[in-house]
Amino acid sequence: MAKGKYLKGASRRSLLKQFGAAAVGISFAGGLAGCSRASSRTVNFHNWATYIGPTTLDDFQEATGISVNYTNFASNDELFAALRAGNPGYDVIVPSNEYVTRMADAQMLMELDHSLIPNKANLLPEFQDAGFDPGRRYSMPYTWLVVGVGYRKSRMPSPTFVPDSWRYLLDSNQFTGRIAVLGDSADLIRLSAKYKGHSVNGVPDAMLSEIEQMLIRQKPHIKAFHEDDGQDLLLSGEVDIVMEYNGDIAQSIRDDADIAWVIPSEGTLQNQDCLCIPNQAPHPEDAHAFINYLLDGQAGAGIAEEIQYATPNSAARDLMPEDYKSNTIVYPTPAELARCEYGAFEGDEKARLYEEIFTRISAA
Amino acid sequence: MEQSWKQAKAAFAAIAVPPVAWLVLFFLVPLAVIWAYTFGENVGPTTIDFTGTFANYARALEPLYLDIFGKSLIIAGLTTLLCLIVGFPVALAIAFAGPKLKSWLLLAIMLPFWTNLLIRTFALIAVLREQGYVNFALEWLWNNASGFMTLIGLQPLGDYEPLTLLYNNTAVVVGLVYVHLPFMVLPLYSALDRMDRSLMEASLDLGAGHMRTIWSVVVPLAAPGIASGILITFIPALGAYLTPDLLGGTDSQMIANVIERQFKRANDWPFGAALSFLLMYLTFIAIAAQAFIQRKAERRG
Repeated sequence: MAKGKYLKGASRRSLLKQFGAAAVGISFAGGLAGCSRASSRTVNFHNWATYIGPTTLDDFQEATGISVNYTNFASNDELFAALRAGNPGYDVIVPSNEYVTRMADAQMLMELDHSLIPNKANLLPEFQDAGFDPGRRYSMPYTWLVVGVGYRKSRMPSPTFVPDSWRYLLDSNQFTGRIAVLGDSADLIRLSAKYKGHSVNGVPDAMLSEIEQMLIRQKPHIKAFHEDDGQDLLLSGEVDIVMEYNGDIAQSIRDDADIAWVIPSEGTLQNQDCLCIPNQAPHPEDAHAFINYLLDGQAGAGIAEEIQYATPNSAARDLMPEDYKSNTIVYPTPAELARCEYGAFEGDEKARLYEEIFTRISAA
Repeated sequence: MEQSWKQAKAAFAAIAVPPVAWLVLFFLVPLAVIWAYTFGENVGPTTIDFTGTFANYARALEPLYLDIFGKSLIIAGLTTLLCLIVGFPVALAIAFAGPKLKSWLLLAIMLPFWTNLLIRTFALIAVLREQGYVNFALEWLWNNASGFMTLIGLQPLGDYEPLTLLYNNTAVVVGLVYVHLPFMVLPLYSALDRMDRSLMEASLDLGAGHMRTIWSVVVPLAAPGIASGILITFIPALGAYLTPDLLGGTDSQMIANVIERQFKRANDWPFGAALSFLLMYLTFIAIAAQAFIQRKAERRG
């Protein structure tokens, strides 16, 4: 959860987290009541915080006459919980890959009408389809990101040292007390499996207990299980090496040149945030128009420029400045990408098992 | 003349119905739903069957979760004890301050409530972290001491190593004490303020020292205030999740953190509900114990 970053409002994954789903839900209900009275056309867009271009929504209204009612959520879990008892009125939501599957399984998502989204053609070939959503029946890609290691160069044993293995975070006392890792059970267990040479998916039970032992052993050396605010711990000098998302570290490097980024040699997790229409969306047609607009090259470039996450949109990418396109933190090299994997949704039972393992690690 | 409510039923109903309706609709009904979940079973990603199973409670009573309950009880108990030790002299000072100073002091106690808990916790992070104000102050003292030692011809102290004050259980207790102190001070103050001062004067006149007077006269008279202070500090501290989340380290997990994750990542509402209700049963026991102690004290008095 957000900690220092919350106050700075730096990243999508942090802003509202601590205020919790309840507060967000209440404010949203109020907002909706307000707009349903208006006769003009509206799209209720529920997105991560600080995850849109500064003029995107106004430009959309200018182009189409449809206004956007913009609300935020702070985590996939919060989004899922909000939709559990039925759609409270959202038209477009932005779950990550694994949750696209989870929500589709739970029949929370509406099938997209691809004929209403011609800008799908702007997507790079590798994003035209997705393993977590075959045929892109429910989702269009919005941004994508990878997990890696952010570190403080001056605190490494030598100026040329690069912590290019998960070992330094998960299985070594070299940086004892100076480590922070993601406090999400699934991310932590999947990346531990990756470190052990296994895929992030389909981890067998025997390996899970090995991972549990390893993390219990490693726990005294880890300072905090952070809630996606690792870059703040790194920036404030609290830790020297963190497990974090690339966009967060890319932003930190702009603030502090002593920070660097590496994708461990064992490979890592890739995530994709997707545009979806939940079932019972009040304005499905306008929602399609809105998704189509977000996939427009110009609009996509405006968003990517602001939020500094990788865009799956080739038309948008072409419009971006050279230093963005060549930023290997935002856009890992093909060799690095070859070692990335999407974490698949493997059922509620597995999610509960991972959660219990994490509870045991924390309690040990 | 005082009227019994039976003689003014309409007026009584007019006053009582809205809050009772509110309480039933927005507190008891949702609570009953959650209680029903504790006997439910997940049959799909979003569907729960109310099968009357006790499996959720059985799982909540496994050693893993009992240990976390135990740990939460210890942390909440320690927090309450520290709040009492710090809060009692503060409440005493406020109760005996002049009327003008008293209102200012009470305002100072309440002031933190004007800020969101989250913001206050972030402020505490800014104070306690390695690049925080406590460490800045200590570093300044250290460097001055070091300079002084060189001045008088001794070896300087060397570089200052910042203290690690955050991300451990101590930080969690410090944070909880900071947040819950007003809950302790206010009931203590109201008990001490109502106390009959002549009893203290009598105690002092009859030769008891100040400490003796506090222990033998003030504390027993303030006992109901102490008991309610302990209760309303202990209960929220037991259910704290934000403070251990933000200030805690890798082994600072409290039961509320586990409950939160059941409703989120694990998507296991029945089990989360069972853990919550176990916490609530504990709370009821604490309240019953407090009522029992109070009644016993009243009977003796």
